[in-house]
Amino acid sequence: MPRIKDIKRVLVIGSGPIVIGQAAEFDYAGTQACRALKEEGIEVILVNSNPATIMTDKNIADKVYIEPLTTEVVEKIMRKEKPDSILPTLGGQAALNIAMELEESGFLHEHKIRLIGTSSLTIKKAEDRNEFKATMEKIGEPCAPSQVVNTVKDGLAFVETIGYPVVLRPAYTLGGSGGGIADNEEEFVDILENGLRLSRVGQVLVERCIAGWKEIEYEVMRDANGTCITVCNMENMDPVGVHTGDSIVVAPSQTLGDKEYQMLRTSALNIISELNITGGCNVQFALHPETFEYCVIEVNPRVSRSSALASKATGYPIAKVTAKIALGYDLDEIPNAITGKTFASFEPTIDYCVVKIPRLPFDKFISAKRDLTTQMKATGEVMSICTNFEGALMKALRSLEQHIDSLIYGNNYAKYSDELIDEKLHRVDDRRIFVIAEAIRRGFSLEHIHEITKIDIWFLDKIAILVEMEQKIKEEPLTRELLMEAKRLEFPDKVIGELTGRTEHEVKQMRNEMRIHAVYKMVDTCAAEFEATTPYYYSCYDGENEVTAPRTKKRIMVLGSGPIRIGQGIEFDYCSVHSTWTLKEEGYETIIVNNNPETVSTDFDIADKLYFEPLTAEDVESIVDLEQPDGAVVQFGGQTAIKLTEALLKMGVPILGTSAENVDAAEDRERFDAILEQCCIPRPKGTTVFTVEEALEAAHELGYPVLVRPSYVLGGQGMQIAISDEDIVEFMEIINRHLQEHPILVDKYLMGKEIEVDAVCDGTDIVIPGIMEHVERAGIHSGDSISVYPAQTISPKIKRVIEDYTRKLANSLHVIGLINIQFIVYQDDVYVIEVNPRSSRTVPYISKVTGIPIVDIATRVITGATLRDLGYTPGLQPESEYFAIKMPVFSFEKLRGAEITLGPEMKSTGECLGISKDYNEALYKAFLGNGVRLPKYKRMILTVKDSDKLDAVDIGRRFQALGYEIYSTRSTCRVLNENGVMAKPINKIEQEPPTLLDLILDHKIDLVIDTPAQGIEKSKDGFVIRRHAIETGVTCLTSLDTADALLTSLESADLKRLSVIDVAQI
Amino acid sequence: MKAFLILEDGHVFQGKSIGSTDTVISEIVFNTSMTGYLEVLTDPSYAGQAVVMTYPLIGNYGVCYEDMEAEKPWPKGFIVRELARRPSNFRSEGSLEQFLIDYQIPGISGIDTRALTKLLREKGTMNGMITTSEDWTLEEVLPQIKAYQVKNVVAEVSCKEPIHYEGTGYKVALLDVGAKRNIARSLVERGCDVTVYPYNTTAETILAGDPDGIMLSNGPGDPKECVKVVEELQKLYHSDVPIFAICLGHQLMALATGADTEKMKYGHRGANHPVKDLKSGKVYISSQNHGYVVKEASLDRDVCEPGFINVNDGSIEGLHYLGKNILTVQFHPEACPGPTDSAFLFDEFMNMMEVNADAKN
Repeated sequence: MPRIKDIKRVLVIGSGPIVIGQAAEFDYAGTQACRALKEEGIEVILVNSNPATIMTDKNIADKVYIEPLTTEVVEKIMRKEKPDSILPTLGGQAALNIAMELEESGFLHEHKIRLIGTSSLTIKKAEDRNEFKATMEKIGEPCAPSQVVNTVKDGLAFVETIGYPVVLRPAYTLGGSGGGIADNEEEFVDILENGLRLSRVGQVLVERCIAGWKEIEYEVMRDANGTCITVCNMENMDPVGVHTGDSIVVAPSQTLGDKEYQMLRTSALNIISELNITGGCNVQFALHPETFEYCVIEVNPRVSRSSALASKATGYPIAKVTAKIALGYDLDEIPNAITGKTFASFEPTIDYCVVKIPRLPFDKFISAKRDLTTQMKATGEVMSICTNFEGALMKALRSLEQHIDSLIYGNNYAKYSDELIDEKLHRVDDRRIFVIAEAIRRGFSLEHIHEITKIDIWFLDKIAILVEMEQKIKEEPLTRELLMEAKRLEFPDKVIGELTGRTEHEVKQMRNEMRIHAVYKMVDTCAAEFEATTPYYYSCYDGENEVTAPRTKKRIMVLGSGPIRIGQGIEFDYCSVHSTWTLKEEGYETIIVNNNPETVSTDFDIADKLYFEPLTAEDVESIVDLEQPDGAVVQFGGQTAIKLTEALLKMGVPILGTSAENVDAAEDRERFDAILEQCCIPRPKGTTVFTVEEALEAAHELGYPVLVRPSYVLGGQGMQIAISDEDIVEFMEIINRHLQEHPILVDKYLMGKEIEVDAVCDGTDIVIPGIMEHVERAGIHSGDSISVYPAQTISPKIKRVIEDYTRKLANSLHVIGLINIQFIVYQDDVYVIEVNPRSSRTVPYISKVTGIPIVDIATRVITGATLRDLGYTPGLQPESEYFAIKMPVFSFEKLRGAEITLGPEMKSTGECLGISKDYNEALYKAFLGNGVRLPKYKRMILTVKDSDKLDAVDIGRRFQALGYEIYSTRSTCRVLNENGVMAKPINKIEQEPPTLLDLILDHKIDLVIDTPAQGIEKSKDGFVIRRHAIETGVTCLTSLDTADALLTSLESADLKRLSVIDVAQI
Repeated sequence: MKAFLILEDGHVFQGKSIGSTDTVISEIVFNTSMTGYLEVLTDPSYAGQAVVMTYPLIGNYGVCYEDMEAEKPWPKGFIVRELARRPSNFRSEGSLEQFLIDYQIPGISGIDTRALTKLLREKGTMNGMITTSEDWTLEEVLPQIKAYQVKNVVAEVSCKEPIHYEGTGYKVALLDVGAKRNIARSLVERGCDVTVYPYNTTAETILAGDPDGIMLSNGPGDPKECVKVVEELQKLYHSDVPIFAICLGHQLMALATGADTEKMKYGHRGANHPVKDLKSGKVYISSQNHGYVVKEASLDRDVCEPGFINVNDGSIEGLHYLGKNILTVQFHPEACPGPTDSAFLFDEFMNMMEVNADAKN
């Protein structure tokens, strides 16, 4: 079918803030789809609350609404923009849910807006547990015995009939939120209660536990004419029981024979046909490891994280094809851009092996349970490609940037007894693969390991091959043959060096002498059957190089930011992509190196060439040897790219923009202090230390509270506020768990207003698009603070001081490009607390709300333009007429046991925006975008630490004025009562019931405000309250500043009269 | 042990010997299936050829003898990047390496199969030699390699005596010009009573069995070599018995009705080829294995019209014979290896037989 002609204006719904289970993959899918729509001349109206995305750029969509993703707001936008169609299958579960609500309420019908991509009937059939089961039964596709329950009683009755263990899956939640496996009644009731509450429709599926079966996924495409193909299948190394987002996944499947492969493929096609899906779809199966028995676990009638992975693994652009199908095209009418000879109806075949490993956030959440379950916990992932599985696994491991470059997990396991290793094999967590390697090292049989882990012997043998290679490298002479084989298995030079007592450099030299070099192969969708010119490459060591690098123009390498993790999110991909686009415009040939399959930057048509490779010095050097770039850009790829600066310089690659030396000057305490002194800029007093003793001495000299943190880290990792010697001892121990190459910083902590500035400097002039102010006072990481532009509470004089300091610092550090500075305003003085001569997390946000394309300008500046050339008047730019508030978004409910209290270490996974001409409304929209929809029951808990008690009175009074019933623990209650605030006393958890906990579990609480005592909390009480609040879906705030902002928004905003703003017009 | 693959254009790949250490010269073709190596190895259509698997990890799930598509493997050689050291699958009865040794198939592993595939794609199918000998010179071996031709392979692979599979349904005569087992199996599954006839069976003998339908199988080599078979097919064409033909059978029927075939540059071998059903507009992913194709320009449009075409290159993938109960396809609806999307064609054949039977009564 040719394209449906009367589709002219399409509303695309994005997926909102990055949270665990819904990450950058939807920016990739959405961006690709918007471009595919625009290619067809369609006007695209976009709504997404996440300002850090590329899809919300005005060159991607025609109208851009960075507004809360609620049905009311989306309706409002549709009334204003009058689209003829709505495409909901590209924004994950969030978008699908909104579309369903709009359809069910009759809004779409009433306004004659058609749902394109897939019908509501199909969505319902796939998403509603009962309908799905009935549909599967109709076509004879097996599901595990299961029942949808709405009450705990029904659940218990059903379990009687199937027995434990059982799996619980709440309907309509992200990343399996609230799901889990229960082995007994206690666990069952616990998970079920939680799941019922989290489900949008109050439904939880209880099913027979098929843990230990093989987990296999198929990515399927179908057009309206009924043609179906599978893009790719994938096998999880971790058997059923671990969420696929937390599993190590390999593509294609490795341990399935053709009979099993085709059986499941046919099943996937039958399912997509019966559901009448048009577009991309993901089908997950559990396959019995010893029979042909299988069951369908889940179907996602939309693009997903797996489809992003499948697209990158094969080169087949699922989101783009899905968009074209939504417009009416059939698969055989859509050309395959890679080969130019085949069509989208061609099933990709691959001639390499792909491995994905999740990036888990346990480095940030030390107290969180590391167990991997059916509830996803990963914030991001890495992918690698190689001609063999072992090599792909090794590449993926080092791409994670977790200080581990092989299967050797430090020295940690060496001291464990065999019994302990055996015990650890039973634990399903992110370290299991290292435990398996250690078990193999000790001679445990593969059968024994398989017995415990249920991981297929094929994978275990591959791990054994890697372990044997470690031994060989250690014990045998490093001949060319051995070194060649070690490199074929992707052992990095560094690891070979460690195993042989050589330096990394010596191993590199040996390799060079023996002429062992990485070669590059192309990802072409067709295993070389057709000629392709895709500029998408991966390295291997066994074969001939097929990448030529003829030079027609100057060549610039852009280093990406690797996996999404807390502290280094999608913002950096935004910056990398924009800088690449600008470099292209400026006439350069561009090369992107990155390893994150979820992102826009790893779409093969962004740069002129894409190398899907780990971001280590060795991997980058191999590319440099081949491509000989004229320069590299590191300032947009976060800490990952910055860390490569020195290595690039050694390779002889010029760094464009701020020099490495000056980047270092900003990080090096002594040099930086010298610069500050020279500029007469004050900073909180501080010093550098290495040992606990030095730290204690420093703390005593400065006086508590002090800030303790390692240098050269991102997201404030390891940063803590210490109020006592005990804290210092504990924090230093935690920091020193990893060998520190750089000193640890101890600074006086000033509790002032935190101000943040991003600026572009061309070596002479600076442009500051705007000054941002944080709602929370210093002490809470900037990424976790609510950020307000333009700054509200500082005087013009202070603004001038900030502008002046920014100019001085940029000039002294000889910044060319971007600089991000954080200030503290304390008692009318401005102090500098941190300077980063690179892009920051606020760059996309401030670019969008000021209309000043910062990355674009910075890129032009680093390639030689001046700000004046570009038409900018130096200095602080005039303030926008809009208030724009960036609100951090957390994923605490996904991480059992994680501490939610905010502090100097970043914990948020994403952000959303509130924008309005009215400050309070902007604030309200920001909270709304974050899922805070108040009031509901008008009941709240307020319990604060002693130093906050007086501030709490005002907060209490204002909530009371809004009609809130306030419950407080004794001491807070007394202070409130004494000051005329009606609060009711409630018992602490350890006291007589009813306690705080009962109140929370009663589900009738809107809000918990609990400010914990500083330092390490001695009482577990607060922790338990906060966790329960989060896990029962109650908004929980740990800072009175945040509470104040929430009040401000509640006091004035009116949901019915919200404005919506097209930011493409700014 | 070292092994070499020497191509007729002088390219030499060095790898490791797998299977038999015999020296063998054959045509070299590549297959892009990611699974189904055993089915590929036992597909009689590969007689006279050595197969390169483009997927790099082969042998992962071992060997399950019931998946064999013939009694023994037919390719003359087998070329892979990596053979699994430890296969794993609940049905596995042994390793692929042992299988190659048992059946004395010479092979080579540890070579850049992608580079080899690119050569075959660019230069077209070539001959090559797999050897473990280190005692050769190009000057001496290249003429031998170039001289090799795939010949008389149909006679080699076809059954020698008729084979009968009992059934209660339609009587089907299956002419074996190199049949994969799953063709007969697909018919038997549908209740058919199947008699498999050797390739050199006359039309009279076949028709004397009073079949309800005739099935022409897949097979190896150049269809134009099968002059006698084509002559017999001309008679069958006029018999009014419904005919369903696959692959070589499809080419032979085209030759029998005056069309022509030609050798393709490097053929279609894999499990991912899209074929479009021109009637419904629907595309099916098919399993394919052919190096020859029916020339579109040679078709007499009064005799037949294309029923299926290849979406990638537009080549003929199936023919409907006008006024006849004859359907022929270039691809493999019997799959094994590959997708079963077009298995419905066997049902269509059942329909053809039913309609014909109704008409007769």
